[in-house]
Amino acid sequence: MMELVLALAIGVLAASGVWLLLRPRTFQVIMGLALLSYAVNLFIVAMGRLRTGAPPVLKGDNIDPSHYTDPTPQALVLTAIVIGFALTALFLVVILAARGITGSDHVDGKEPEA
Amino acid sequence: MSIWQTHLIVGPIVLPMAVAAAMLLFDERRRVLKGALSLGAMAAILVMALVLLQESATGATGGGDTARVYRLADWMAPFGIVLVADRLSTLMVALTSVLGACSLIFALARWDRAGPRFHALFLLLIMGVNGAFLTGDLFNLFVFFEIMLAASYGLVLHGSGERRIRAGLTYIAVNITASSLFLIGVSLIYGVTGTLNMADLAVRIPQIAADSRGLFHIGAAVLGVAFLIKCAMWPLGFWLTPAYSAASAPTAAVFAILSKVGVYVIIRLSLLLFGEGAGLSHGFGQTWIMVGGLATVAFGTAGLIGSHDLSKGAGFGVMVSSGTVLTIVGLGGTEALGGAIFYLVGSTLACGALFLLGEVLQRGREEDGLQLRAVFDDEYRDPFHDEERNEPGLVIPGAVAALGGLFLICTLMVAGLPPLAGFIGKLAMIDALIGAGGTASWVVIAFLSLSSLGAMIGLTRLGVGAIWVREEDAPPPVVGAAEFTAITGLLGACVLLAVFGGSGLLYTQHTAEWLAQPQAYVQAVLGDGQ
Repeated sequence: MMELVLALAIGVLAASGVWLLLRPRTFQVIMGLALLSYAVNLFIVAMGRLRTGAPPVLKGDNIDPSHYTDPTPQALVLTAIVIGFALTALFLVVILAARGITGSDHVDGKEPEA
Repeated sequence: MSIWQTHLIVGPIVLPMAVAAAMLLFDERRRVLKGALSLGAMAAILVMALVLLQESATGATGGGDTARVYRLADWMAPFGIVLVADRLSTLMVALTSVLGACSLIFALARWDRAGPRFHALFLLLIMGVNGAFLTGDLFNLFVFFEIMLAASYGLVLHGSGERRIRAGLTYIAVNITASSLFLIGVSLIYGVTGTLNMADLAVRIPQIAADSRGLFHIGAAVLGVAFLIKCAMWPLGFWLTPAYSAASAPTAAVFAILSKVGVYVIIRLSLLLFGEGAGLSHGFGQTWIMVGGLATVAFGTAGLIGSHDLSKGAGFGVMVSSGTVLTIVGLGGTEALGGAIFYLVGSTLACGALFLLGEVLQRGREEDGLQLRAVFDDEYRDPFHDEERNEPGLVIPGAVAALGGLFLICTLMVAGLPPLAGFIGKLAMIDALIGAGGTASWVVIAFLSLSSLGAMIGLTRLGVGAIWVREEDAPPPVVGAAEFTAITGLLGACVLLAVFGGSGLLYTQHTAEWLAQPQAYVQAVLGDGQ
């Protein structure tokens, strides 16, 4: 059940992200990139196999690894979140600059001729 | 081995990071200080890179091939993170520092004043590129890629102006999407194999269970697409020319190495992970890379012939050079790969020089007025009404003759004509292909020869337009001493590459042989336990 829900969530997020990414307005593009990066982050966690109630941090002596979840994907996803967030913020600044300079929020910097 | 030698590998990464961080503490108006700091840092990186290169050329401990491994925090290899300096990565680091140093000298003439924090971003870019070349771990490769890209996003906007912002928008969107693909690929590979260390991956790939191998191949393919976007393989490379030609000249010149990072990773991973020892995964994706490379060569050549602008032409030149190397990697064959690596070094230097030359020759033709407003103009007086900016300082006499001569060298290099290094690389590739025989080889030879012809036609036309057919009211070209030094430095390196072509080619041939035998690399990283 958990697997199905997560898979659906990743699928919906990625699909919406890709669709928005292909839209002509810069705001749609940045929302698309954000959704896509959420999908990717969830995917990374899923690649460490889904477990409930299993901590990723080892504690104490006589450790049985089967009681723990794989910590590497969790470390990876933290890095990916931070980097993705920073770059989305940077992209937002560029979008605002483009809107200010070209006077249009179209990705080509000008309105398409009707 | 002394302590300095042990820690030398991490130097090209740590030094630019530290200097870039320190630079943020100084006021933006202290240009001389910042310029001196970054020039000093680049010089030190250059020295370190050359020492590393020399060590891998001669063998650090008594000849033979060694991949010097640096364990960060001294954790054992598959668990900790390692940096690996072998023949290929040290060569690439040396190439980066030569290109970076020359671009920086060019920028110091005036471009570094066109916007804030140029030097910090520049050094961070160098750090990211060096890190990507030296790392032995897939996820760290991602992190260094992102450092490099984040710095390049800032640099592509350097100088501001509508054209740069519009080009930057596409560039950033494409590269963030590529990074998502990178993460998907890396996590799929981790999910299947349980490791991110490249050497450990090479050990585990033959042992992958049959039902997971498909999943692993999907991961590798997604990862490959991310790198191929970076090397601008057709049809993933349409973003490159607008972004590179809009960027300021020194930025564009150093960007010539960014697409080579993608090429480097493709060379490294396809030979390490999908070489002879990879069992059922042997040769995975080779055909795709070859066909894509050929399409890139064709597209880049057509673009070069069709472009009206030297910096656009240089952008297409970057694509041709990536495409050529990709084709050879896809085709396989050690000897041809040696030639391709030699060609890669020469053509990257030449494309960088072409961006710089293009800016000098076309200066004044394009109105600087396209730079209306700065993007990030905090703490900064309007840089574009800065009198100083249009003074290149000491001016080289006989600019037309000097620039014409340099342009000739550039054309010979990019087109791969004798007597320069571009020809040596191409000849080595073609010679090996003739030896190998087969239809595919002949097709590749035809493409490479036609692309030489196309590059020569395109560049000659652009050169005639830029040097002889100047508009009546256009001012004569002016080149400052620093700018001239930078371009001469890059092209001088090309000439040196031709003069010492024999030993250079020997080095790259040996590199290709080393890459074809990944066991030594694996053993160096993982130790004798494996």
